[in-house]
Amino acid sequence: MGNEAIVRGALESGVQFVSTYPGTPASEIGNTFFKIAPKAGVYFEFSTNEKVALEAAVGASFSGLKTLMAMKNFGTNVALDALIPFVYTGTKGPTVIISADDPSCHSSAQSEENTRGISYLAHIPTLEPADPQECKEFTKLAFQISEKFKIPVMIRTTTRVAHQRGIVTLNKIQISKSKTQKGKFIKDSKKFVTLPPRVMEMKTELLEKIERIRDFSEKSHINKQSSRKSNFGIITSGISYLYVMEALKELNLDLPVLKLGFFYPLSEKKIKNFINPPAGGLKKILIVEELEPFLEKEVKILAKEVNCKLEVIGKKLIPEVNELKPGIVTLAVAKFTNKKYNTPSTKFKIEVPKRFPQLCLGCPYWLVFGGIKKAVDTKNVVFGGDIGCYMLAGFPPHYLQDYLSCMGSSIGIAHGIKKATSQKLITIIGDSTFFHAGIPPLINTVFNKSNPLIIILNNETTAMTGHQPHPAAPATPNGIKIEEVVRGCGVKNLKTIDPINQKEFIKTIKEFLGKPEVSVIIAKRPCIQIKK
Amino acid sequence: MVIVGTGGQGLITLLQVLAEAALIEGLDVRTSELHGLSQRGGSVEVHIKLGKKVYSPLIPQGRADLILGLEMQEALRSYPLASSKTTFLVNKQIIAIPLVKNLTEGEVLKNLKKISKKVILVPASEICKKELGKEVVTGIYLISAVAFKNLIPLKPASILKAIKKIIPAKYLELNLKAFNLAKKT
Repeated sequence: MGNEAIVRGALESGVQFVSTYPGTPASEIGNTFFKIAPKAGVYFEFSTNEKVALEAAVGASFSGLKTLMAMKNFGTNVALDALIPFVYTGTKGPTVIISADDPSCHSSAQSEENTRGISYLAHIPTLEPADPQECKEFTKLAFQISEKFKIPVMIRTTTRVAHQRGIVTLNKIQISKSKTQKGKFIKDSKKFVTLPPRVMEMKTELLEKIERIRDFSEKSHINKQSSRKSNFGIITSGISYLYVMEALKELNLDLPVLKLGFFYPLSEKKIKNFINPPAGGLKKILIVEELEPFLEKEVKILAKEVNCKLEVIGKKLIPEVNELKPGIVTLAVAKFTNKKYNTPSTKFKIEVPKRFPQLCLGCPYWLVFGGIKKAVDTKNVVFGGDIGCYMLAGFPPHYLQDYLSCMGSSIGIAHGIKKATSQKLITIIGDSTFFHAGIPPLINTVFNKSNPLIIILNNETTAMTGHQPHPAAPATPNGIKIEEVVRGCGVKNLKTIDPINQKEFIKTIKEFLGKPEVSVIIAKRPCIQIKK
Repeated sequence: MVIVGTGGQGLITLLQVLAEAALIEGLDVRTSELHGLSQRGGSVEVHIKLGKKVYSPLIPQGRADLILGLEMQEALRSYPLASSKTTFLVNKQIIAIPLVKNLTEGEVLKNLKKISKKVILVPASEICKKELGKEVVTGIYLISAVAFKNLIPLKPASILKAIKKIIPAKYLELNLKAFNLAKKT
């Protein structure tokens, strides 16, 4: 699997420190390290959120350790505040950051994010693998680039890369000499302190560094080009490359293809040479990329310089919403080359009732959702949703979700609604999500005085992403009690209830909804999957 | 080949076994699967491609050679991937979708036959429950049946080897029984 190949690549590079917060489609990177870290002599942690995980990675890198940090796309947003200055300071120990996008939102609420935009924003070198073999190789290359240029390097995968299985050739795992040794933080304020006016110098240095990495990428084999047999060409990257190769085979075409392993910085010379080779410029070029047309825009600018007659076609034929599929790309390539291609398909439409994902049989959330419905008239209460299995509150038969956004936002948005209206409001947030991003907005409800009812679902695990531990999980040594955190935030109305005690649960909901201050119910009952 | 079913039926394990079997036979192989929330009891569709050289892991619309359905309504749901050339091997079982009108076995079968003449219905869950007392090995039973019926370019012996490699020791005996049971289909 792509994610496992990333782990292998890191081990073959001699990784020493790994941090993550779980999120599909990146979770198996952490899960695999969680299993093997002690044996592999690697320090591993599930951090409380992605920003914290990246900060831990930054600290390890500053102390000279070879470091990997992994997260899903939205995690990169959470970590962004730490990411941008880290690219300025650069690394001491080589550092690779994995960010996994999910086109088509198979396992992602909130948005169909294209993290490639962050590459520009943060000036972070970014590689895009297409398959598990490349996941491994690109991870190793990313460590090499990081070591050579003293900069963190990002690998951007997508669901169909991260969760793609295929054959991977293994190399030897590198047991680094310093693995069992500690790193050392050597003071160097010129490098590690991003205070102005030094920070402006850092930016200048960073931009120079990026140009040197661009030169490096011009020579890199991961930007590869097939030989030219036509004056039509294709530029592509990541998983789209596999669809392009399949389309060419299907349509029996032999077009030159430029596959870009480097998304940022882009190999401008290579692209210019591809669209305008000494033998004469291409006439038409198709850019095959998922989601927003970043490459298309870049190629259009470069074409203006060297081959202004070149027709650059991208989103005219390739959809910008939803992931690509081989059939879509074949059809686009056929249109691009004026070839006939009939998508084989059945002529009729068959209706099959939709099967929504369901809470597991015996899931404690059945009791929570059922209790809420018995306690209140759902028409007259606003329900805030958050990120976890309990997002299913939005599906039948529950319908207990009136807004849903990002991690922790159920509480933050609840505060705003309570300030803006006089409506009753109940939010539902999971234990791991509460630790991730629920504490600052909870403090805000106390500090700025609003009174939502917050139900924290403590099922003692991070269930949705595959049962990773969190700070209050029973197996965590020196575990933190959610009750103490909530009380420490200044919440007066607090009760922990096993929702199997429906009478008490319902009575407390009714009572707390009438309170003038914020109230918290901790619905505590373990996830049925870990109980098994 | 596409495998469809509902979350919790162990489709990813089946993919792992098939991919391992392909590796044993020296074939190129690519698979694609989904994780996370979509899998909690919802519809699941995983893809596997085998051959001398495989590019992408996804099967284009209308191009599935074989659709293995662990549940009948899910088998029908995957119809955009099928054409008249597709073989459907389907577990004779309806897992009810709550709160809506479900399709009957007869309705599913009638529609599948509209798409392709090659529809094989196997009461796999029933057989596994009756003979082994456990429905959970239905998937292993079915991929073994697929190999015994020569519906995929993988030898039953390779599937057997792959099962031994992938399935944890604790459950191996039960799974081997399911494999042997599939010989008779």
